[in-house]
Amino acid sequence: MLRFALQRLTSLTISLIVASMVIFFVIEVIPGDPAAYMLGMNAQPETVAALRRDLGLDQGLFVRYLAWVGGMVTGDFGTSYTYRVPVSELIMARLGVSLPLTVYALVLSTLIAFPVGLIAAARRGSALDAGIMGGTQLGIALPNFWFAMLLVLFFSITLQWFSAGGFPGWDAGFWINIQALTLPAVALALPQASILARVMRSAVIETLGQDYIRTARAKGLTSRQTVVRHALRNALIPVLTIIGLQFSFLLAGGIIIENVFFLPGLGRLIFQAITQRDLIVVESVVMILVFAVILVTFLVDLTYAAADPRLRRRA
Amino acid sequence: MSLISVENLSLDIYGTPILRDVSFDIAQGKVFGLVGESGSGKSMTSLALMKLLPDGARRSGRAVIDGRDLFALDEAAMCAIRGNQIGMIFQEPMTALNPVQTIGDQVAETLVVHGVAKRAEALAIAREKLDRVGLDGARFPLDRYPHELSGGQRQRVCIAMAVALRPRLLIADEPTTALDVTTQAQILDLLRGLVEEEGMSLLMITHDLAVVSGLADHVAVMQEGRIVEQGPTEELFRTRAHDYTQRLFAASAHRPAREPTVTDEILLTVEDARRSYALPRRSLFGTAPKLEAVRGVSFTLRKGESLGLVGESGCGKSTLTRAILGLEDLQGGSIRLFDREPVKPGMANALRAGLQVVFQDPYGSFNPRWKVSRLVAEPFHLMPHPPADARDRVNDALVEVGLRPDDADKYIHEFSGGQRQRIAIARALINRPDLIVLDEAVSALDVRVRAQILDLLARLQETHGLGYLFISHDLHVVRAITDRVMVMKAGEIVETGETEAVFANPQHPYTRQLIAATPTIPAQWQMQEHA
Repeated sequence: MLRFALQRLTSLTISLIVASMVIFFVIEVIPGDPAAYMLGMNAQPETVAALRRDLGLDQGLFVRYLAWVGGMVTGDFGTSYTYRVPVSELIMARLGVSLPLTVYALVLSTLIAFPVGLIAAARRGSALDAGIMGGTQLGIALPNFWFAMLLVLFFSITLQWFSAGGFPGWDAGFWINIQALTLPAVALALPQASILARVMRSAVIETLGQDYIRTARAKGLTSRQTVVRHALRNALIPVLTIIGLQFSFLLAGGIIIENVFFLPGLGRLIFQAITQRDLIVVESVVMILVFAVILVTFLVDLTYAAADPRLRRRA
Repeated sequence: MSLISVENLSLDIYGTPILRDVSFDIAQGKVFGLVGESGSGKSMTSLALMKLLPDGARRSGRAVIDGRDLFALDEAAMCAIRGNQIGMIFQEPMTALNPVQTIGDQVAETLVVHGVAKRAEALAIAREKLDRVGLDGARFPLDRYPHELSGGQRQRVCIAMAVALRPRLLIADEPTTALDVTTQAQILDLLRGLVEEEGMSLLMITHDLAVVSGLADHVAVMQEGRIVEQGPTEELFRTRAHDYTQRLFAASAHRPAREPTVTDEILLTVEDARRSYALPRRSLFGTAPKLEAVRGVSFTLRKGESLGLVGESGCGKSTLTRAILGLEDLQGGSIRLFDREPVKPGMANALRAGLQVVFQDPYGSFNPRWKVSRLVAEPFHLMPHPPADARDRVNDALVEVGLRPDDADKYIHEFSGGQRQRIAIARALINRPDLIVLDEAVSALDVRVRAQILDLLARLQETHGLGYLFISHDLHVVRAITDRVMVMKAGEIVETGETEAVFANPQHPYTRQLIAATPTIPAQWQMQEHA
């Protein structure tokens, strides 16, 4: 198991190095001067020259790459050109919203999808199964911003249980923020839960057709015991894969929901940075997202190995 | 005294009749053999007794054990009986165990779900049971996972699981069909021993008459959902009262009439062929250990000759076959066609056309979306231009293998396993090859179909002067169809010679072991052979 983890860790590091090179050099090969690009068409030559110095563009390519990577390793991502604050501060503040929101949405999605998928699989072909499949189809088809607006109409305006948007900040206390994140998390979770429930259902159905399920029944296990003890863990691998993908997607993909609920998240940051041509922020946020995706993939790999002994070889 | 008596068991699945009036008694401590071809209802009979039938099943009749009718019990009561009163093992040990649970937990689970023991105690009992089925604690600790065991070892785990609670009846559904002969012999010995020691009854389901002859006290023959004949084993084997039983016996002992005309023309030369694979590294920086799959194999095959290659799984047969088909490179030695042209990946298509193959699985070796005409004509792609009379040649090939020309417009799912194998042979014949590799080509077929295919192969060999490389684990079949035979073990040919001579007087200890392990119907029972 340790060896497996080490192997994965090595490939994680290599992926990160390759990704950082790609991100850095793609921005470098954009035609024209990054400083001129950031400042727009009407910039004064002196301003461009100053920015070039600020950005270190007068130095060699390789030196700048090393400086950029070295900075990131020590937590120094440079200074945002538009916000005039260190990028690391910006990212940390935004992650403080996006990360809890993602985890919240993912937990909700998993909590909904597991039982729903299991029930649909266990009652395959029944009216309940048909209903669940129809419901998940709808959950995937409905745009989540539309669903978010419905949530706001009902829970914020009619019932007044939740605020319609905004984020008080973690200094204001834990529960008030959780409350602020609840509707966005539900809106994000619903389509994900629909996808996950379908994956869960088909994975469990496939597992239930395996020979070892018949063996378990022949040992005297009830059908419920068979599902819980034998089918569930075997069905988990495809489900874990989807959960991993969903995490990466939600981390930056919640931009529309962030806008609907006025949340200062990572998605909005990157959107603003792109419109304002703040390449330093774009570069850094993209790197952070890549890091998150690779890290989650690593964790998913480790859970695979925990779930399936065939993946961890005995040394 | 009878332990279980089944009375008038009938079964329909979604309205299709599966079983009709099946009645039999299994005596306490005796082995009851249920034989028949695939689809005859053997497995459904056993699943009916376990009440583990598929959806849409409607059953009638009674199955009485200890005065209680199993069919009248509810699901909860049945759960208490499964694994406790009646244990069951299945055909495919490779998939019968949960891959993510240790073998100890899986054996212990039988005890735990029936409330006989808590986990710790159950594991201790599991250890005893695994010892009993021949998996000692030193080599097979409880925390082993199924993927670390071979097929035979996994079947032993399944047996330990099924007998952990000393059930009164053990149902074994083709328990050795997926295993090699020597492993089969060991598992049959184990089952025999368990029956004797534990006083357990055994319902042995198999298609193999030789297996039941050596094991069962009582035999029933099933055909199309009915038991056509049953009785004490020796009596049934000697008399063979029912017409179907006679046909079954005749087919299983069938040897096609062959008059091979072996020429001197050499088709295939294999010289000192070597192939090894790198295994996973043991440590991070160590060199990867090698598995030498084929270690210096040499032989020649002449036109019109039928050469057998026998050996157990893992002996290197498949690797050698792939190399002979030019699908994989060798690392040493050479393979040549007509003693000139080297066989290798990337060899000329025209050369490939002379070398065709028929595989084991008649279900997996066809594209289901193509019509038969296209499937059979596919080897034409090896020629620079497809012949103008392609369609006629497809029709001729179909007729030659005993099908009709209008079968060309059908899809593969419309055919039975035996017919599909005929189509595979037609496909192999279409380019008029010199050499056909038959890789376990009749292993998946029922005995009567197998006899027909063997006859077909013998006839085609004579009319076309074909060379056959006949690869099989089934010694009976190899003896029936080959002129010479090679015995392969651990990547090497350990014995080679005229087939009859090798079987009558095996020289190598491994050949002797193989022949001894092969179940056979006692010769004296066959005296009253019906013509």
